[in-house]
Amino acid sequence: MHTSFLTIKQIHEGLKKKDFSSVEVTKQALQQAEKADKDLGSFLTITGELALKQAQEADRLIANSKEICWLTGVPMGIKDVIVTQGVATTAASKILEDFLPPYSATVYENLLKVKAVMIGKLNCDEFAMGASTENSAYQKTKNPWDRTRVPGGSSGGSAAAVAAGLLPYALGTDTGGSIRQPASFCSVVGLKPTYGRVSRWGLIPMGNSLDQAGPLTQTVEDAAWVLNIIAGYDRQDATSVNKPLPDYSKNLGRSIKGKKFGIPKEYLGEGIDPQVKEIFLAATKKIEDLGGQLVEVSLPHSEQAIPVYYLVMASEVSTNLARYDGVRYGGTRDQFGPEAKRRIMLGTYSLSSGYYDAYYLKSTKVRRLIYNDFQEVFKKVDFVLGPTSPVLPFKFGEKIDNPLQMYLGDILTVPQNLAGVPAISLPAGFVGDLPVGLQITANHWEEEKMLQAAYNFEQATEWHKRKPE
Amino acid sequence: MALTSEQVRMVAKLANLELTETEVEKFRSQLEEVIDYNAEKLSQVNTDKVEPLLNVSGLTNALRGDEPQPGLPQKSVLQNAKNKHNGFFKVKAILD
Repeated sequence: MHTSFLTIKQIHEGLKKKDFSSVEVTKQALQQAEKADKDLGSFLTITGELALKQAQEADRLIANSKEICWLTGVPMGIKDVIVTQGVATTAASKILEDFLPPYSATVYENLLKVKAVMIGKLNCDEFAMGASTENSAYQKTKNPWDRTRVPGGSSGGSAAAVAAGLLPYALGTDTGGSIRQPASFCSVVGLKPTYGRVSRWGLIPMGNSLDQAGPLTQTVEDAAWVLNIIAGYDRQDATSVNKPLPDYSKNLGRSIKGKKFGIPKEYLGEGIDPQVKEIFLAATKKIEDLGGQLVEVSLPHSEQAIPVYYLVMASEVSTNLARYDGVRYGGTRDQFGPEAKRRIMLGTYSLSSGYYDAYYLKSTKVRRLIYNDFQEVFKKVDFVLGPTSPVLPFKFGEKIDNPLQMYLGDILTVPQNLAGVPAISLPAGFVGDLPVGLQITANHWEEEKMLQAAYNFEQATEWHKRKPE
Repeated sequence: MALTSEQVRMVAKLANLELTETEVEKFRSQLEEVIDYNAEKLSQVNTDKVEPLLNVSGLTNALRGDEPQPGLPQKSVLQNAKNKHNGFFKVKAILD
C-alpha cells in the first residue's frame, strides 16, 4: 500500500472497502511527515501519538457504521495559526514558542466531530503575514516543484505538504490571498470562502474583517467536501452568518454552458508576467470551449486594492497584536519578527491621531468602492476570472528585503478579501516546471456555483494530475 | 512625504515596541516608501460622499440571548501565564 498522492476520495474509498485501515494510512502519513519533510520543511509539529489515537477512533467508527463521512479516518494537517487544544500552536512566531491552546478552533472541532486525523501543524509566515513563508521564525518551506523557490504564503506549509503528496488535504487561512497564492505556486486547489461562511473562532487573528479559513486539496471535489464540514454558523463568531449550508459536492458536474465569465481589463495590465498571462489566456479559451461566455469587464478601483488592503489589514494587525503583552500567554514584544513589527508600525501610524482620517478612514471608504465594483460586475457576469498570482514562484531571498515589491504580488487576491467574496485557485498550467493558477471569483455565498465552474475546468484539463518529482 | 526618525520612534512607543537604531532607520525608509505609495494611490479617488465599509458580512448588531454558559476553567486560562499568584495573573505595576 502506498497512500502518497491519494486524494481524500481515494483514501475514503479504500477505508470503506477495508483495503487499509485509518491506522495504516496514518502511520504512513506520519512516516512521510518524519522523513520526506526533513528537506521540504512543511511541518512545524508532528502529532504522532494524537494522530494514532484519532485513527483508532476513526477505525472503530468505520467498523460500526454503514455510512461514513468522506473525511473520517483521512489524514490532514492544519496551518499553525489555527488553535488546537493541547497541541503547540505557534503562529510560526517566537512569541508563541511555548503556547498550548486551552481550546480549539471551530474548524478543527468540526473535523474532529467526523473523526478526521491530524498529522501535524504546518508552517506559515509569522502570524500569517507574508507571501512566501520566509517570515516563519522557525524554518523555510521549499516549493516541491523547485526547491530553490518559495512555496508562496502565508499558508506555504499547507500548500507544499499537499503538493508533495504528504497529506491529502490541509487547512489554511486567507486574509489577502494566503490560501490561493500558495495553492497557485504549488499547483494545488485552494479555496477562500465568503466572509462569514466559515467560523473564525480560534483563528489567531490577523485582519478580523478579512480572515477566512479554507481547504487546500488536490482536487476540486475534495475541496467541496472539506468545505461541507468546516463551513456553517457558529455562535462563537459574531461575524459568521446563519445561512443554509448546501451540499457543495452534490452538483459539481453541472455544465457551465451559457455562464458568463468576466475578465477585468485591469487584471492583465502592467506587472503581470507575460508567461503567466499566456497560460491564463489559454485557460480562458478552455472555459470558452466548455460553453462559458467570456466578457470583458472593469473593476475600476483595482489599482487601489493594495493600498486599501495594506492600510486596513495593518491597522487591524496593530490592534490584534497589542494583546501580546506577555501577561496571559506568550513572550515579550521584542520577539516579533521584522514583518510583524513593520505591519504593527504601519497600522499604528495609520490609526494615530492626525493620520487616521487620511489613511485608515480613507481606506475604508475606498474599500466600499472596491466592494461596489464587484457588485456592479456581478450584475453582468456569473464569475470573475484572473490569474491567481501575477508572477511565477520566486527564489528564496528575492523579495524579502523589499516589502513594497512583495506586497504588489497580492494585487489579484486582495480585492476578494476586501469585498468578502469567495474565490478558488486551481492548477492551470506550467512554465517549465513552475505552476500557474487560475482564479475563479464568485459573488457572496455562491461557492456552489464557483465549485461547479472549477470542477468543469479541472475535468477538462490534465494539470491537476501532474505531480512534482 | 518624508518620515523622520523621530516620528518612527513615536509610533514605536505607541505600539509598545522597542526598536534598535538600525531598525528605526530601516523601518523609516521602508514605511516611507509604503506610505507614499498608498497615499498617492488613495488620493486619486474622490470619497466625498462615500460611507466607510467596515464589515462585509452584511450583518448588523448580531445579538444572541443573554444565557450563561460555562467558560474556560481557571486552570486552563492560567496555564500559559509566566507570572501568576494565587490564581491571578501577575502584572507589573501600572500606576506609580
